[in-house]
Amino acid sequence: MKKNLNGKIALIVACLVVCLYGIFGVPSGISGKALTEAMTKRIHLGLDLKGGVHLILQVVVSEAVSAETDNTSARIQQDLKAAHLTFSQVYKPDPAQPQSIRIEGTTPAQSSAVRSLLDNKYSNEYDVTGGSTDNSFTVTMKPPVVTALEQKTVQQAIETIRDRVDTLGVSEPVIQEYGLGRNEILVELPGISDLDRVKTIIQSTARLEIHAVVGGPYQDEQTALASVGGTLPPDEQLVHGSGALATGSDADSVYVLQRVSIVAGSDFRSADPGTDQNGLRNVRFTLTNEAGDRFYDYTSNNVGRSMAVVLGGRVREVANIKSAIRDSGEITGSFSQDEVEVLSKMLRTGALPASLNYLEDRTVGASLGADSIREGVTAAVVGVLVVMGFMLVYYRGAGINADLALFLNLVILLGFLGFSSATLTLPGIAGVILTIGMGVDSNVLIFERIREEVRAGKAPSAAVDQGFAHAWITIVDTHVTTIVSAAILFLFGTGPVKGFAVTLTFGLAANLFTAVYVSRVIFDAHLNKMKPGEMVSI
Amino acid sequence: MELFHSVNVDWLGKKWYFLLFSLIFSVAGIISMGMHWAHTGSPVPLGVDFSGGTQVQVQFQRTPDINSIRQAADAAGIKDAKIQSFGAAGTNELLISLPEQTNEAALDLGRQQIVDALKAHYDNPFTVRNVQVVGPTVGKQLERQAGLATIYSLIGMLIYLWFRFQLIYGVAAVVAVFHDTLITVGAFALTNQEISLTVIAAILTLVGYSMNDTIVVFDRIRENLRLSRRESLPDVVNRSINQTLSRTVLTSGLTFLTVLSLYIFGGQVLRGFSFALVVGILIGTYSSIAVAAPMLVAWQEWRAKRGKAAVLPAAKRAKV
Repeated sequence: MKKNLNGKIALIVACLVVCLYGIFGVPSGISGKALTEAMTKRIHLGLDLKGGVHLILQVVVSEAVSAETDNTSARIQQDLKAAHLTFSQVYKPDPAQPQSIRIEGTTPAQSSAVRSLLDNKYSNEYDVTGGSTDNSFTVTMKPPVVTALEQKTVQQAIETIRDRVDTLGVSEPVIQEYGLGRNEILVELPGISDLDRVKTIIQSTARLEIHAVVGGPYQDEQTALASVGGTLPPDEQLVHGSGALATGSDADSVYVLQRVSIVAGSDFRSADPGTDQNGLRNVRFTLTNEAGDRFYDYTSNNVGRSMAVVLGGRVREVANIKSAIRDSGEITGSFSQDEVEVLSKMLRTGALPASLNYLEDRTVGASLGADSIREGVTAAVVGVLVVMGFMLVYYRGAGINADLALFLNLVILLGFLGFSSATLTLPGIAGVILTIGMGVDSNVLIFERIREEVRAGKAPSAAVDQGFAHAWITIVDTHVTTIVSAAILFLFGTGPVKGFAVTLTFGLAANLFTAVYVSRVIFDAHLNKMKPGEMVSI
Repeated sequence: MELFHSVNVDWLGKKWYFLLFSLIFSVAGIISMGMHWAHTGSPVPLGVDFSGGTQVQVQFQRTPDINSIRQAADAAGIKDAKIQSFGAAGTNELLISLPEQTNEAALDLGRQQIVDALKAHYDNPFTVRNVQVVGPTVGKQLERQAGLATIYSLIGMLIYLWFRFQLIYGVAAVVAVFHDTLITVGAFALTNQEISLTVIAAILTLVGYSMNDTIVVFDRIRENLRLSRRESLPDVVNRSINQTLSRTVLTSGLTFLTVLSLYIFGGQVLRGFSFALVVGILIGTYSSIAVAAPMLVAWQEWRAKRGKAAVLPAAKRAKV
């Protein structure tokens, strides 16, 4: 009895064509070079193969929380003053708990008025406690608000880093949140090996802020503290000047500044490097409308006072307010050309909402990547050829079956990778090796089973039937078990472990198709052509 | 061509030899891990991925002299640098490692220090081929996560086998896989090779491979139990192992060839990876015959002694 296999063969050919498209897309030609080029466009190689920079950064989210509560405590002071309510101080008692603000020295008579003011204005985002006995209140940011703020900070940091990295002109950078809930960011820049340049671009993004100057410059911290009576009020801070600023020497200088900034990183709309009338390099900036209004209010009320440009935690410039400024200005200082360019780039792309820590960096040289590809590919090709050769010798006719199935398995696996834009890494290649191993195993299982049936005296078609039926149970069990474990590795594993899980899952799924379905169709086609009484070649 | 025609080996009769063999290797692995622990505080040599620290791979134009480089490092005030040659002879490559930094901010200094020291104190032009700087927290996280992922995936396999066969099959398979992992990791401690993330991928591969091997034998046992209910369990197990032996040897042999080619031609980057697979495939093949299958028999005998019914033959029927 002959089987009609046309439909099945058409399905297999269609599958082959689709996967070839997945690997190559539509190549510009069919020369080896054009094909390789088309392939590298579709199948992304991991950094370990291609070379590049891999960074894991941690966003110091507590800074963003702290900046937010700084603003809130300034607003509370203003509100209490405006409502003519008595208080001695509003401050943040514990630097390790940036979400808490304490209000002290209210009077018992005004306790309920203070309470209702705080409740009215701040209870959406803050829990208000205290007020009864010790005439003080504690205002604490609600945990969901803290979490949301942290999340927003990480997202902003990612956006900012992406903008900055774009100025490097990297193709296909990866910038994403990493390790859920730990406020970490993964940055992967293929083809870049100058780590220092990357770090300057990403991290020199320290915050730029303009603060009101209370006093300074002083020679050292003691003198600065003495000027404010020995202890620093909670709404003020000490900031060191950059060496060059003081007198052109390396002498230290310390300023006392208002803690809350007048304008900060995200308030800048545009910035360009330039030079002033004296030929000094400067950065001209424009503020957003909202920040421009704020800046105008402040400068018009404080003509004659000083304000400090703080960059990366150091005073870069101190300017006297000559007249009210609305939304544009310039920062002049002893900058190098590179510094003004980086600074304006930073201001344009927006400042980072918090500073970053480096947790990990890896740089793989492109030449090393190329070496590992070449060696890996040589090894894989030698391995596969040996296996294929052995199958031919050991199983004769059926060996062709196995080799075709193995080849198709690799094509489908690469096609999957091309379509899914998954990345092929070294551990991914490990997954491919296990796939090849299990692919060969499926064929061996089936063939050994058919041989057993033939030995038991069955006719060729019955032997093939029985062989496939018996081996199928085993193949399903082995594949499903491995796919279950690969799926779990994908869910719980990190980068490299994931890469392994992805290629393994794809590979095994493809193998179920090639080792069982395709190999069966080839057998059936062969059986169709056989004369009665002829034995199957296995 | 056929290699094994109607083999008839009494595998279970050799179970005490198997037990002895497994014990020797497991205990050797555990002892070498213990000794390593006593020396360094971790059971196996950990790569920079896990231990944290700085690792710079440098390629020199001329053959580098490790002693002069050590002097250069000392002159630059770099302490505890570990310098090893890397790759095949003639590639002039060295791996320079600095130990774990406890302070995340100090992380990046190491790389610069090494490069500066080489530039200043050692006259041999070089290129930096690979840099890894890993903070201690990241290393710990990776270590924990890789461990957890592996344990979860073992539990997942156990549940699947419970569902398809019976609990004892799952337990036996997982014990066998654990046995393989223990011995392979022990081999790393014994030969003082570092475990890196790619080695973890290799160990995962070996877990999948060994599990595959075990299931093939179990499947045959299940099938034979269904066909011949009169036969004793040890006979069925023996027969099943013998029937699948030709497949076991073929597949393992072929996979072993692939991995061996990786070990020989795959280059230094893949050395640890392919070493884990070379050891793992040998052990994994052995364990499905010598650990997993005998466990089924041992369990049934133990139940029979306690006067309970031998429930094993009632293994769930396989559906096609």
